[in-house]
Amino acid sequence: MPRPGFVLDVDKSTPPILFHHGEGFRLEKLPADRSRVIYPGEPLDALDDVEAEIQAALLNPLEMDPLPELLNPGMKLTIAFDDVSLPLPPMKRPDIRQRVIEAVLDMAAAAGVDDVHLIAALALHRRMTEDELRHAVGDRVYDAFAPQGALYNHDAEDPDNLAYLGETKHGEEVEINKRAAESDLLVYVNINIVSMDGGHKSTATGLASYRAIKHHHNVHTMEHSKSFMDRHNSELHHSNWRMGKVIADAGVKVFQIETTINNDTFGDALPMSVLAKREWEWTAKDRVSFIGMQQGLKRISGSTRRKIFQAHRAPYGVTSVTAGAIEPVHERTLQHCFDQHLVEVEGQTDILTMGLPYICPYNVNSIMNPILVMCLGLGYFFNMYRGKPLVREGGVLIMTHPTPWEFHPVHHPSYIDFFEQVLADTTDPKEIEQKWEKQFAEDEWYRHLYRTSYAYHGVHPFYMWYWGSHALKHLGRVIIVGGDKRAVHRLGFKAASTLNDAFEMAEDVVGRHPTITHLKNPPIVMADVK
Amino acid sequence: MIADDLAGKRIAITGSTGFLGTALVERLLRSVPDCELVLLIRAGRMRNVEQRAQREIFKNNCFDRLRDELGGKAPFDELVARRVQVIEGDVGTDGLGLTEAGRQTLARCDVVIHSAATVSFDSPLDLAVEVNLLGPTRIALTLQDLGVAPHLVAVSTCYVAGNRRGDAPEIRVDDSPFWISDINWRREVEGARRVRADAEADSRRPEQLATFMDDARKELGGAGTPLLATKSEQLRQDWVKAQLVDAGRARAASLGWPDAYAYTKALGEKALAENRGDVPVSVVRPAIIESAWAEPVPGWIRGFRMAEPVIISYARGLLKEFPGVPEGTVDVIPVDLVVGAIIGVAARGPANEDGSPDITQVASGSANPLKYERLVELVQSWFSEHPLYDASGQPIAVPDWGYTTRNRVQGQLERAKAMLEKTESVIGALPLRGKQAAWSAKVEEQRDTVSRALTYVELYGAYTACEAIYGVDRLLALQESLDEADQTAFSMDPRIVDWTHYVHQIHLPSVVEHARVRTDGKKGRSESREVRLRRQVLSPDRQLAAFDLENTLIASNVVTSYAWLASRRLDRDDKARLTAKLLREAPGLLKMDRADRSDFLRSFYRRYEGASVAQLQEDSAEMLSQLILTKSFPAAIRRVREHRALGHRTVLITGALDFVVEPLKPLFDDIVSASLAVGDDGRYLGQMVDVPPTGESRASALYQYADTHGIDLAESVAYADSSNDLPMLEVVGFPVAVNPETRLASLARKRGWLVEQWSKAPGFKPNPVPLAPKRTVAKAAPR
Repeated sequence: MPRPGFVLDVDKSTPPILFHHGEGFRLEKLPADRSRVIYPGEPLDALDDVEAEIQAALLNPLEMDPLPELLNPGMKLTIAFDDVSLPLPPMKRPDIRQRVIEAVLDMAAAAGVDDVHLIAALALHRRMTEDELRHAVGDRVYDAFAPQGALYNHDAEDPDNLAYLGETKHGEEVEINKRAAESDLLVYVNINIVSMDGGHKSTATGLASYRAIKHHHNVHTMEHSKSFMDRHNSELHHSNWRMGKVIADAGVKVFQIETTINNDTFGDALPMSVLAKREWEWTAKDRVSFIGMQQGLKRISGSTRRKIFQAHRAPYGVTSVTAGAIEPVHERTLQHCFDQHLVEVEGQTDILTMGLPYICPYNVNSIMNPILVMCLGLGYFFNMYRGKPLVREGGVLIMTHPTPWEFHPVHHPSYIDFFEQVLADTTDPKEIEQKWEKQFAEDEWYRHLYRTSYAYHGVHPFYMWYWGSHALKHLGRVIIVGGDKRAVHRLGFKAASTLNDAFEMAEDVVGRHPTITHLKNPPIVMADVK
Repeated sequence: MIADDLAGKRIAITGSTGFLGTALVERLLRSVPDCELVLLIRAGRMRNVEQRAQREIFKNNCFDRLRDELGGKAPFDELVARRVQVIEGDVGTDGLGLTEAGRQTLARCDVVIHSAATVSFDSPLDLAVEVNLLGPTRIALTLQDLGVAPHLVAVSTCYVAGNRRGDAPEIRVDDSPFWISDINWRREVEGARRVRADAEADSRRPEQLATFMDDARKELGGAGTPLLATKSEQLRQDWVKAQLVDAGRARAASLGWPDAYAYTKALGEKALAENRGDVPVSVVRPAIIESAWAEPVPGWIRGFRMAEPVIISYARGLLKEFPGVPEGTVDVIPVDLVVGAIIGVAARGPANEDGSPDITQVASGSANPLKYERLVELVQSWFSEHPLYDASGQPIAVPDWGYTTRNRVQGQLERAKAMLEKTESVIGALPLRGKQAAWSAKVEEQRDTVSRALTYVELYGAYTACEAIYGVDRLLALQESLDEADQTAFSMDPRIVDWTHYVHQIHLPSVVEHARVRTDGKKGRSESREVRLRRQVLSPDRQLAAFDLENTLIASNVVTSYAWLASRRLDRDDKARLTAKLLREAPGLLKMDRADRSDFLRSFYRRYEGASVAQLQEDSAEMLSQLILTKSFPAAIRRVREHRALGHRTVLITGALDFVVEPLKPLFDDIVSASLAVGDDGRYLGQMVDVPPTGESRASALYQYADTHGIDLAESVAYADSSNDLPMLEVVGFPVAVNPETRLASLARKRGWLVEQWSKAPGFKPNPVPLAPKRTVAKAAPR
């Protein structure tokens, strides 16, 4: 039986806690008697026979006919799938998307369907490269479809290939991929790594255009999504659900296939396996291995370190496959997510600490630039709560990450300019949105790079900033331990060289002897704050 | 009263645009209310004589006092219009180059004060001869020709006495026991003219011309024929001038004068005495004229004069020793005392009844000597209290002054200069750019410093080493003869100068102010200059921004993109062979590129012969992500977009091939690039369609572009990285050097261009070998 996640109260005998720190780690001693650590649950048991579960799901969908009955010769079938931003880190081959898609394609072949398109539902993310597509769908599918032009990346800026489907009752415009909209059946293959993913968001965002996405990817929505990981209290999701209705009303039939994976991020093999262990359970071998890894990392260059970490593939186990109508499927999927991630936590804290790892959804095979550091900390990790934020209003967030002033020139061109121009001007999300968004979003060069190269859309760095707007409004101060001073300053945060310095700096805001909570993520943990 | 003596007189003045001349005009206008002035001015290249007079004389702060006393600009202008007449003339021309009206005006003058001279100590021999030697004579002959005989006051110099120790009294040059009786000034004039003719002829010898062309190429690189030709002609003229400067210095030294100035002035006095006819002549000989003691205001000075560069170099810590004898006399005389003496002499009239030249020396050496040692002490103590600041805002400690001989310093400096020149040429030959190219800036700066110091030593060494004492008996007698009011108003008495007060309170503050050096530790001027230049470049008034590609937008070149494209469809072994081949050829390619860019491109692009047009187009699209963007400078791309946002037209002008830059199209309004001819089979033929836009053809491409789009290039910006791009940079009003290689860095510094250091995206390491990974086939959505 895997042990569930839990909250550890730190006392004098608690060993130093492992903090992620970009492409490295720190061991930090937390103050006794006023600190607690929220540990993720151990990996849930994986499904024994994934293929059989997929078959079962496709043949017994929720509130829909079995998939084979939806397929017929001469029909237009489109299979959309989640892009390279999921899961994190990427999973070992075979990717769950590949396994699901192969099953769907087998059924389609059996039914004599020959007009099939596969689309990476990447919204305003960068296009996936050949290698990444091969990894997601497998070589067999890739070689069968890509050369014919039937496997490709969604293009949210292709005016000829978008369909406008109408408005929600809130006046939100809905525009999605034309091929998907005009297909007789749209099969969406998802990976629900966190509770934010999936549901109507898959299609309403993943296959949408800037025109549609801007209605929920904005400061107002994000400030009213508390949290965006809790779909029932998330304005982001309410908007997507409204759009989902417009899509359904327009006659787009979606067969949703959602999957969940367990917390087996680091596997059983040393030295990575030590990252998933609780510190007091480290064996002598674990310790030696960890020290060896630390020493080794110290001796290599930043770019080599990055290469090594980016090459890591997680051995996740699949915990559920659910198919059918979007809403019932997603409710079940969310339950699977919460089973793995949710930990009950009693009350809020003065200071929230977190160790930020080397990866976030937008730097797979890339560089985690300072804007992504902000987004991972204040966006994703901060929002890993249900109920109330882990940290009280006006509290302090302390995160560890080297935050280097580094950018990927191909993947993040608009981020570079956002950092150099926009953040040099202001860090206030509302002001940024009002003053700068349009200019970046409609920029011809960024559009060109998004469409023909491998760049995130011009507006994407804005979304990163909006993702953190709820936290920015809520927090009294943000401190980055070990961060590049110039870069941290540009983000509008404070840099501290040690965690103890950061605690000292936090006292100005939260007073002496504050309570501290450490969110030990990854593997993924979500706090259910009572 | 002097004012009465000169009342109603019309006084002609030459050299009124100079330091002494301006002070003289000012004093006459202010202190001799009833005289009229006729200013004989040479027409400038750009301005006529009236404009020159306004700009170079009356706008000077010398007249601030008078303007204030009169109550503003309008009454001042009225006074000038009423009392000053400007005529065009040139003492370097026989007959003074006067118009008939000018001649009539001159004929009506009662006094002529001749202060025009080429005072620069390193004038070319022939120029010094024409102006200094023949100038006074020409004036006397013109006056005779006009049939008039006004009092001619000729300004000379004490140093006509030559290099010698002991007393130099106020006597005519040829009355001195040391005069070499064989010197014939006519033969000196002929000699000087012949030296000019010989040097001109010499400079046109084929070997010599080849050297100039070489040097031009060394400085500008492959900047294209027109610019190189302009440069080598300029080098030739510089060379001729240097020959004549050397000739002047050598001839002067051989006859015992410190330099060509003193030598030509001395012979000028002699020639004037012979040619004066009936014209009565007085000669006034000042020593080293420096800033004003009291009039019009203490410290007034014009231009950067003899001692100032030396003093500033010392204060900057650059110059540590200067030849000179500690107990020797530095004969400095404030400008207002010289003005007083000249006006005193003019008011008094000719001293000798027969009108033969009488001599008045204005010097401090005999009556109130300033010892070299004392001067150094005063300068040192002042700068210890008022230090200059270096670029990082730190005060500069002044060095202890070493007294030494001229030969020793000269030797040291020459050795240092030779070494630095060697270093510079080695660095210049290395393929450096950006920050490394700043090494060369440093060496260049040091070399400049040393060679400037060397020039000072060569030029002025003789003056600090001069131990002659100039007698001023006649000057003092003239001062005594004035009534009490005039003795103050037109003082010429060197004994009134308190040297400590003069150096500390008057001269050095004035020198420092004029030198525009840092006198406080505030944030550097260089930064604000950069900001200012950038603001100009990004002003909405600009119309066009032209960009070079390689090393301006991306750290890549035509060879790299060829390697990438050529390797895209090769297997591993063939890739290795291609790499080996390109590496083998690299030195040759580099050399060819440096020699002539368009020849290089023409030959290199033949490699594309037979390549499929469609395939290259597809591959180029992928190359944008795989190669070009990875090596791009984000700041450069941002700059292009900033220009567009400001409404400027943006154009990429590159020798790269059209299909290579095709993916960059959305960044620019237009792209001007090279293109290859295509055969019937849809494959490239390997020949270019037009002359590639490199070197001067880039400038003409820009001209043409501007013409077509109605753009004013003076209001345009160009960005480039190498001296090959000079033609393009030079045709626009706002050139910007991006990561400049050594030569361009140096040129940009000299011309005050904006320099941008742009780098690749930090943290990302592009593939060091520009070979394509295996071919990808990810397709865009079908239509």
